[in-house]
Amino acid sequence: MSLDQLFVTAHDKLVHLAEAWLPDWTGPWASIAARIGLVAAVAPAIMMYLTLYERKVIARMQNRLGPTRVGRYGLLQPLADGLKMFIKEDLVPEGADRLIHLLGPILAVVPALLLFAVIPFGRNMAAVDLNVGLLYALAVASVGSYAIFMGGWASRSKFSILGAMRSVAQIISYEVPGVLSVVAVIMVTGTLSLVGIVEAQRDGWFIATPWGLVAGVIFFLSGVAEVNRTPFDMPEAESELVGGFHTEYSGMKFALWYMAEFLESFIVCALTVTLFFGGWDGPAVPFWTVAALLALLVATATRLAVPTRAVGALVCLGAGIAFAREPLPSWMWFLAKTYFFFFILVWFRGTFPRLRVDQLMGLAWKFFLPMTLLNILVAGVWVAAPSGVARWLGSATLVAAGYWCFVRLNKPAPLERRTYVLAD
Amino acid sequence: MTTAAVSELLEVNLGPQHPSTHGVFRMQATLDGETIVALKPVVGYLHRNHEQIGEHATYIASFPFTDRLDYFCAMSNNLGLAIAIEKLAGIPVSERGDYLRVIMAELTRLVNHVAVTGFVLNDMGAFGTPLLYAFRERERILDLFEACSGSRMMCNYIRPGGVREDVPEGWLNRARGVVTNFPRFLDEFELLLTDNEIIQQRTRHVGVLPKELAVSASVTGPLLRASGVNYDIRKVDGYSIYPKFPFKVPLGAVGDVYDRYYVRILEMRQSVKILEQALKEIPGGPAISPKGLALVKAPRTFRPPKGDAYGRVEAPKGELGFYLVSDGSPIPYRYHVRAPSFINLTVLEDMCRGQKVADAIIILGSIDIVMGEVDR
Repeated sequence: MSLDQLFVTAHDKLVHLAEAWLPDWTGPWASIAARIGLVAAVAPAIMMYLTLYERKVIARMQNRLGPTRVGRYGLLQPLADGLKMFIKEDLVPEGADRLIHLLGPILAVVPALLLFAVIPFGRNMAAVDLNVGLLYALAVASVGSYAIFMGGWASRSKFSILGAMRSVAQIISYEVPGVLSVVAVIMVTGTLSLVGIVEAQRDGWFIATPWGLVAGVIFFLSGVAEVNRTPFDMPEAESELVGGFHTEYSGMKFALWYMAEFLESFIVCALTVTLFFGGWDGPAVPFWTVAALLALLVATATRLAVPTRAVGALVCLGAGIAFAREPLPSWMWFLAKTYFFFFILVWFRGTFPRLRVDQLMGLAWKFFLPMTLLNILVAGVWVAAPSGVARWLGSATLVAAGYWCFVRLNKPAPLERRTYVLAD
Repeated sequence: MTTAAVSELLEVNLGPQHPSTHGVFRMQATLDGETIVALKPVVGYLHRNHEQIGEHATYIASFPFTDRLDYFCAMSNNLGLAIAIEKLAGIPVSERGDYLRVIMAELTRLVNHVAVTGFVLNDMGAFGTPLLYAFRERERILDLFEACSGSRMMCNYIRPGGVREDVPEGWLNRARGVVTNFPRFLDEFELLLTDNEIIQQRTRHVGVLPKELAVSASVTGPLLRASGVNYDIRKVDGYSIYPKFPFKVPLGAVGDVYDRYYVRILEMRQSVKILEQALKEIPGGPAISPKGLALVKAPRTFRPPKGDAYGRVEAPKGELGFYLVSDGSPIPYRYHVRAPSFINLTVLEDMCRGQKVADAIIILGSIDIVMGEVDR
C-alpha cells in the first residue's frame, strides 16, 4: 500500500467489499456514498480548523496568543464555537422574509460544498473528474452572490441591504477578471478538466510563465475579492456596516455564513494551487524527512504532557520509517500549498486596511480587466509561437509593457509630497 | 414608454449601537447611494451631570470626576482643573510638582495619540493589528501611571499646587526607559502605516477641514493644527513650565485625515523631546507647595475669594478649559467644562458631506472624540 494512494486504495477496498458481500449494483452506489461522505465530513472539519488557524496566525501577528483555553493550544476551540452557535437563539427580524432569510445561508454553503467535488486533492483524488470541471467550478462559485443578496434583502435592515448591494456589485465585478484570467490557462492546456490542467503542469508550473504569473496573481486577488476577505471585505465592512449582509443573523444561520466564507476562501486557495502552482505535483521530497520534522515538533511542544509527546513523536517516527522509501504524498503537497495560500489571506487580514467601495471597483475594471484581456493575447502568442527563449522573452516583454501602460493610465493625480511645518 | 430612474435617499442610523462610533454616539446619515448628503450627530446618551455634580462638591472632590471626562487622558483633565483652582485662589506650584505635571501631561498625550491612531486604522478595516501594537506601548505608560497614582486610567493624581504625592523611588528611571524606547516604536509604527498605499488612498483629501471653518467653529487641538493653524495653548499661554522646553508645533498642510494622522505622529515625537528634557532636569524638593498641601488636607475649609477663573490646558484632544465661579463658599457656584471633543464634533457634518459612508467613519475617528467628554 502506498501512502500516495492511501485514500484511493481505501475507497477501492470499500467498493470491493460492497461488491463481495452485497448485490452487484451496490458497488457504484458505495463509491458515490464514500465520495459524498468524505466531502460532507471533510469540508466542515476543514472549515472549523481554518477558523482556529486564522485566529492563531493573526494572534501571532498582533503579539497575542489567540485561543488557549479550550483544549491544548486551543485545539478544541472550533468545537466550542460550534456548540455555542448551536445553542444560540435564532433571531429573525420582524418583517423579514422568513423563508428567504433561512434559504440565504443554506444557498451560500451548498455551492461551497459542491465545489469540493471537483478539486483534485491528490493524484487520482478528485471526487469527480469532470471534463468541464473548471467551468463547473466557476459557475457554481458565482451562485454565492445570490445567497448574499437573498440574505441581505430578506433581513429587512438597511445595513444588510447596503452590504448586500456592495457585495453583489463587487462579486460581479471581480468575476469578470477572475474568469478571464482562467481563459489563458484553458487556451494553453486545451482542457477544462482540473485534473488535466494539473497534469499539463508536470513540466513546469504555470506561475513560472509570463502569462501564468499575470493570470495567477489576478485570479488569486479576484478570488480574495469574491469571497469578501480583507482588503476587499466591503460587504461585511464591520466598522461601517456593522456586519453587512449578515448583521441580522444569529445562531446556526450565522455559523453557516461563516462556513460558506471559509470554505470559499479555501476553494480559492485550492483553485489557485490547481491552476497555477502545479496542484498536487511537487518536488520529490522524501517522506521520512517530513515525518522526522513532525516528530521533533511534537517532542518539543512544551505545552503537551510528556507521555502524549512521546507517543506522538513515536507515531510520527514510525510512519516515517514505514514509508521511508516514498516521496511526500501528493495530497500532502496539495494541502501544504493550499494552506500556504490561506496563510497569505490571513496575512492580508492582519496587515491591510480596507479599500473603499469605489476604489475597489476601479481596481477591478480599470486595471485587472485590461490586464487579463492583454494576457489572453499573450497566451495566444505563447500557444502559437515555437517554444524557446524568444517566446519567453517576447511574452514577458508584452506583459511588462502592458503592466507599465495600465499602471501609468490608472495613476491618480500624483500624491503630493507633503511638508509639515514645525512652528514655534 | 420611458421611465426615469427614481432614486430615493436612504436614512441610516449609525449608532448608538455601532462598532465604530467610539461609544454611544449616533450619526443620523442621509445617503444617496453610498454618498452622504446630510449627517446629524446625536449626542447625550452618556450624560451624567458632570457640571451639576461639580457645583455640589468641594473643589477637590471634583478631581476624580474629571478623570471620567476623557478617560484616556485623566492626567490632562486633572491638570486643567488644578490650573483653574490655582488661578482662582492664587496657589503657587512647587517646582518639582510642575515638572511632574508636565511629565504626566505629555505621557498622557502619547497614550492618547497612539490610541487614536490605532483606532482610526481599526475604523479603516485593519483588523486590530495597528491598534494592538499601539496598545502595547500604551500599556507601558499606563504601568507608569499605576505606579505613581495607583490607577491605570482613573489617575486622580494632580492637585492644586503640585501633585498628590511624589513618584515612588525608581519611577523616574523607569519613565526614562519607556521614553527612550518610544521613538523606536514610532518608527516601527510608521513603517507599517505612513507610506501604506491603501492608507494613502483612503485618507488623502478625505474629510478636509478648511482653515477658516476650523477657526470659526473654534476647533482646537491636532484637528486645528492639521488644518495649518498654529495654535497650541502650551505656546500661547505658556502655562506651567512649558516655556522652558524648546518644542515645536507640527502643522498640517491640507487638513485631511492623513494630515491629522501625521500631525499626531509628529506631536508624539515632540512630546518625547519634552519628556526627555523634563526627566533630565527634574529637581528635588516637595511635590506640592505648602498652600496646595493645606488645601488638599482640608478641602472643606478652603474658601477661595469671590470671583471667577478660567483655566485651560492643551489636552491631547484640544483646548480643555475649566470655568469656575466662586461665591466664597467651599463649593463652586458655577463649574463649567469646555470639552474639546464636543466642540470639535460640531464640524463633523461639514467634513462628511459629499463623502462616502466609509469615509464618515474614519473622519469621525480622526476627530478623536471620547463620549465621556462629549456628553459629560
